[in-house]
Amino acid sequence: MTGTHTKTLRVDSVDFIDVGGLLSPEERLIRDTVRGFVNTRILPNVAEWFEEGTLPRELGRELGALGVLGMHLDGYGCPGASAVAYGIACMELEAGDAGVRSFASVQGSLAMYAIHRWGDEAQKQRWLPALARGEAIGCFGLTEHDFGSNPGGMRTFARRDGSDWIVDGTKMWITNGSIADVAIVWAQTDAGIRGFVVPTDTRGFGASNIHRKLSLRASVTSELVLQDCRLPAEAVLPQARGLGGPLGCLNEARYGIVWGAMGAARACYETALDYAKTRVQFDRPIGGFQLTQEKLVNMLLELNKGTLLALHLGRMKDQGRLAPSQVSFGKLNNVREALAIAREARTVLGANGVTLEYPVIRHMNNLESVLTYEGTSEMHTLVVGKEITGLDAFT
Amino acid sequence: MKIVVTVKLVPDPNAEKRIDSATKRLVRSGVETVLNPYDEYALEAALQLKERAGGDTSVVVFSMAPEALKETLRKALAMGADEAVFLSDAGLEGSDVWATAYAMSQALKKIGFDLLIVGGLTDDGSTGAVPGALAEHLGVPCITNARKAEIADGTLRVERETDSGYQTVRGPLPALLTTALTFGEPRYASLKGIMGAKKKTIAPLTLADIGLDLAVGSDGAKMQLEAFAPPPARGKGRTVEAADGAAGAQAIFDFLKEKKLV
Repeated sequence: MTGTHTKTLRVDSVDFIDVGGLLSPEERLIRDTVRGFVNTRILPNVAEWFEEGTLPRELGRELGALGVLGMHLDGYGCPGASAVAYGIACMELEAGDAGVRSFASVQGSLAMYAIHRWGDEAQKQRWLPALARGEAIGCFGLTEHDFGSNPGGMRTFARRDGSDWIVDGTKMWITNGSIADVAIVWAQTDAGIRGFVVPTDTRGFGASNIHRKLSLRASVTSELVLQDCRLPAEAVLPQARGLGGPLGCLNEARYGIVWGAMGAARACYETALDYAKTRVQFDRPIGGFQLTQEKLVNMLLELNKGTLLALHLGRMKDQGRLAPSQVSFGKLNNVREALAIAREARTVLGANGVTLEYPVIRHMNNLESVLTYEGTSEMHTLVVGKEITGLDAFT
Repeated sequence: MKIVVTVKLVPDPNAEKRIDSATKRLVRSGVETVLNPYDEYALEAALQLKERAGGDTSVVVFSMAPEALKETLRKALAMGADEAVFLSDAGLEGSDVWATAYAMSQALKKIGFDLLIVGGLTDDGSTGAVPGALAEHLGVPCITNARKAEIADGTLRVERETDSGYQTVRGPLPALLTTALTFGEPRYASLKGIMGAKKKTIAPLTLADIGLDLAVGSDGAKMQLEAFAPPPARGKGRTVEAADGAAGAQAIFDFLKEKKLV
């Protein structure tokens, strides 16, 4: 490069260290495609959905047509994209809203992944193509009222009755629960924890919505109740035995969050930057004040570092060498930093930051859920702590 | 039926444009290359026509550009084009409208088409002259500014957007069509389309493959760029000062009315 070129090197005010330059043309195309969808379909409407506490059901089909549902799975109508491509899609969806990203995460990484990874051929044929198209909606029932971080203690129980299974129990905080056509339900049995593919029209299965949430409002969250729910022998996921079954699925979903959180953070930073450049106080844009600049720069540092981390972990995942504790590292760092960025952005916007006219407080409230679900920040801390010390501090 | 869409690969329209004063050419380094936005409308038109015709209709995208930009064409394949043909040759460097259209027409004769759809304008050169020159070189009718098109019994029926409304025109095939932005928003590539585009072919062509009787590149250019200048910097805007909101609104309204904008 010559001196004249050096002068004209471009530095982007959001992707400051050009993480985008590390993406392949195909990955950039996926990024731009999902971003285009979010810009036209999600952003103009999501504040209203959030306010009303709804997510339109037809969005499932639209996300299916876009191809993001189960996009990292192979066959059965799924595109078979890389982990990085899937992560990029999560990032762009969450730049719209974490509720939309959660919909795609639960559908693809929990419900579809469970069937794809642990199911038999008939289960895959029956559900995966319809779930990929968004014509069917899936949910994933692991957490219970009294068993969040400690799912191994679950009380939901499946007993044999001849060749059938009878399932009893309740599941809590289930995304997509009341709109789902199929639920993956995890239950204790005499032979350890097993997973079941439960069509939601099965007698004895019920779902009711959890109201009064102040976070992830553009997302359906439900309680599942299974009461004498009789399932045929072929409902069980044959390949999953023990807690490793559901935890393997969660590892997939929380990988998506490593990226998704940076999407929310980016939206907050961009909003704050734009606001700081146009909001005038004391006769000049507040972006010209040192305190505001420091806030913006601090946000930018963590946003770019977190995005680079997500990409690095994604490349490792595609090479098959990403350990679950490294996913914990990513989720812990990126959600924590995203939340800090959202809070900092809120202060830049002043009072405007608390209204739904701007996306910041919506993302900030959403991130409070993201900090807790798919493994709380505390649990991820202990996972990493155990990895480095060799000492288990869980109990 | 074979529909060919010409696609130019241009620097991202959202990026600031710079012209190299020595070569008088647009600086492409450091800026992402994208499909010319106007050509995306042409592709959308082709894909719509293919969907309606069904059967054995195929959509081929054709582009002429430096080799390094080839992969940018994948987006067109991801949107739904069946295959791509890519003409690249160092001998094309410095081609003006005439030489560009001549080289393209030679390639298009080789590719063959029933309908050729071209975007109305390119975002970088903005001459708007290539479609007409192409039609001339190819000896086919040129129907511009289409907002709607249908093909029935080998006849093309087109609604042409005009300043005051639209015209309905009919013509034979093969023909060249340029699209108006009212034809329909270009579709998104689906993820499956993007993944599937990997397996589609981008067939390479060089000048040796297409055969030329006339010179192209800077030798064939009939037009020389003498000078260029950026648009003048925008002057300071007018600030309206008024006693209250209503008076201010009135002042702005009067201004817009004077400019015939309302």
